[in-house]
Amino acid sequence: MRISRRILAGLATASLAVTATSCGGGGTSGSFDDTVTVGILHSLSGTMAISESTLVDTEKMAIEEINAAGGVTVGGKSYKIEYIVEDGASDWPTFAEKSKKLIDQDGVPVVFGGWTSASRKAMLPVYESKDAFLYYPIQYEAQECSNNIFYTGATPNQQSEPATDFMYKRSPAAGGDFFLVGSDYVFPRTSNTITKAQVKQLGGNVVGEDYLPLGNTEVAPIISKIKKALPDGGIIINTLNGDQNVAFFKQIQDAGITPSSGYYVMNYSIAEEEISTIGPEFLEGHYGAWNYMMSIDTPASKKFAASFKKRWGADRVVADPQESAYNMVYLWKQAVEDAGTFDDNAVREALVGQTFDAPQGPVEVMPNHHLSQTVRIGEINAEGGFTILEETGVVLPQAWNQKHPSSKGFACDWTDPSKGEKYKL
Amino acid sequence: MELLLDSLFNGVAIGSVLLVAALGLAIVFGLMGVINLAHGELMMLGAYTTYVTQLIFKLPILKPFYNSYIIVSIFLAFIVSGVVGILLEKTIIRKLYGSPLETLLATWGVSLILQQFVRSVPLAYGTGLVISLIIGLFLPTTFPSKIKESINFKYFKFSSWIFAALSGVLTGSVISSSVSKLSRASARNVDVTAPSWMRGQVEIIGTAFPKTRLMIIVITLISVVAITLFLNQSAWGMRIRAVTQNRQMSDCLGISTEKVDIITFGIGSGLAGVAGVAVSLLGSVGPNVGGNYIVGCFMVVVLGGVGNLLGTVLASFGIGIMTDLIGAGRLLSIWPDMPLPLSNTINFFATTSMARVMIFALIVIFLQFKPTGLFPQKGRMVEN
Repeated sequence: MRISRRILAGLATASLAVTATSCGGGGTSGSFDDTVTVGILHSLSGTMAISESTLVDTEKMAIEEINAAGGVTVGGKSYKIEYIVEDGASDWPTFAEKSKKLIDQDGVPVVFGGWTSASRKAMLPVYESKDAFLYYPIQYEAQECSNNIFYTGATPNQQSEPATDFMYKRSPAAGGDFFLVGSDYVFPRTSNTITKAQVKQLGGNVVGEDYLPLGNTEVAPIISKIKKALPDGGIIINTLNGDQNVAFFKQIQDAGITPSSGYYVMNYSIAEEEISTIGPEFLEGHYGAWNYMMSIDTPASKKFAASFKKRWGADRVVADPQESAYNMVYLWKQAVEDAGTFDDNAVREALVGQTFDAPQGPVEVMPNHHLSQTVRIGEINAEGGFTILEETGVVLPQAWNQKHPSSKGFACDWTDPSKGEKYKL
Repeated sequence: MELLLDSLFNGVAIGSVLLVAALGLAIVFGLMGVINLAHGELMMLGAYTTYVTQLIFKLPILKPFYNSYIIVSIFLAFIVSGVVGILLEKTIIRKLYGSPLETLLATWGVSLILQQFVRSVPLAYGTGLVISLIIGLFLPTTFPSKIKESINFKYFKFSSWIFAALSGVLTGSVISSSVSKLSRASARNVDVTAPSWMRGQVEIIGTAFPKTRLMIIVITLISVVAITLFLNQSAWGMRIRAVTQNRQMSDCLGISTEKVDIITFGIGSGLAGVAGVAVSLLGSVGPNVGGNYIVGCFMVVVLGGVGNLLGTVLASFGIGIMTDLIGAGRLLSIWPDMPLPLSNTINFFATTSMARVMIFALIVIFLQFKPTGLFPQKGRMVEN
């Protein structure tokens, strides 16, 4: 009896120790006056786990870097950042539920999380009703501007618009007709509405569009439509999701829709990570548009890629979503230090105007809670990376797209109480 | 003419993917009446088998034969999925014959387990596990009955399972040390690259056809012909049909219904594995690959008439051709100057999403008039 009790006690201590080490992240160097716990909320299981787990890795790395450099200094006290990782399980209501848990039960000052627009839309009411703060790191369709969400990914005018412009004016298929392919959900449909308006402005033609239901990989009808609509080559804008891209690229190559026969695909959802899954032999010669590409030849970019490989393995790659996730942790840290408190409202105010030397180059937080970013157009090469062809200057984010018929002429500004979420320009 | 040929080929290509995926289910669900929701995951195992075979054929010893790996993987996938299916039958489904709801729930659970299994177990050890299953299940049956009778067979079975486990661990560690990609668990989707002779297209009568699609059509044809021959010509095929039609009577006449169930389920599952090979040529291989096809499979089997292979064949080609006709807006090119309202309607349905809606609607309407499908079966089911 006594022994078993001792064993039980031992087990309890051991499990406590395990919890402590698994939950409490970060380096051990330096001494801290106190700790602050933040929330990380991504899918660690289910369909989205493949993508979202890379963000968790990046956010952990950023937190470890900040801790190793002395943590967050607030009011003369240094705080070590610790984190609680919650699993959204690729299930949108779960994201809302876990958000509530992180805010109410764990009392975290900030949550870094989300990937799909559906998960963000599910979390939004939670953060707005509790007046908490979510940092969301993915390039998305915009048409949203919450006072309680801070978006570090690109808006369409920071990705698809410069890309469409490049394809129509300066790509090998310049002046050609457009065909739009996407998965059937909100991002591709919104993005393509914007692209159609833009192509019309440029004087080009959109000769067809089609959407593949999520989970469906039968692309044969789409291929015959492309061949009918673009018999002699042209521009294909691709917003397919995840593994649907694999089916699409494998089969269009078999059907002779390749750069060598005059078809050029511009992709908005294919980054370095996806290139290695699909296989560069299927993608070579097509294009991608991002704010960050691993091949950016600056010390900041190289350092980011090198530390990620050092932390998580030499075969790992970094891509745009990870860079956004990395930036947001640093921007939060800076804002907290400027505000001198972890309090939401003060941090929110201090956040606007923060600048950071990100791996992509300097970024700045704008009054509409989005980032000013640099846009890059790259050609996919045989090594599975991008050869950067063009780089814009810093592009300001439009939360309400100026080409989309429903939001033309509107903007968002949270620094001015009379303007807010959506005001007429 | 070219248009017709193109459309027909596309329809047959889409249909043959549906058919090869549904063929195994037509046997398991059609002949045995077992609602196997893990059918998609058996396909996924077949797809992963292709991936593992591909990587193993990249090893220096097998490199010269790399181009033929896809043929080898068809057989391996049949065996792997078949063995997992047999295990499934022996441990779970056998106990649930006659209770369709419980079977449905249990197999759905199995499908979740299999999905998580490939996510969290390194493929090298997964392969090892499958190899020990194969040895453990089949080694005892290979001994001549004289030996079986002379020694207590229990010890025999036990020792062969130990041997099986050891060889499984051995293969697992050999594979994981020689192919680094298989030594770590990953939820990431992986890619099967067709050998170079299967990429690109061939020209037949002036129209270009993708080779992978032709390959899938060939795989489907061979599977259908083989399974028809097996069911109609072989002794076991006859027994399977006998049990399908009247279980008690067959039992009385000395047919081991237990064995028939195992063989039927094994073959159905094995065909799912073959479908996995076909599917891996089209898209990527991931834990969810089977889930994408399972609805289509059930649709085909129900539409074709449960328990009838000919119905399954016709239903899948029918759905394939309809998908192409509606989804690619073919009618417009056949009859370009049709009245405006009609052409607008056709254009509205000429997207992949809407074509799906249309096809489901047509099937629902069809089943209103013929609830038992194209060719209703007159025999009895396992549960009667």
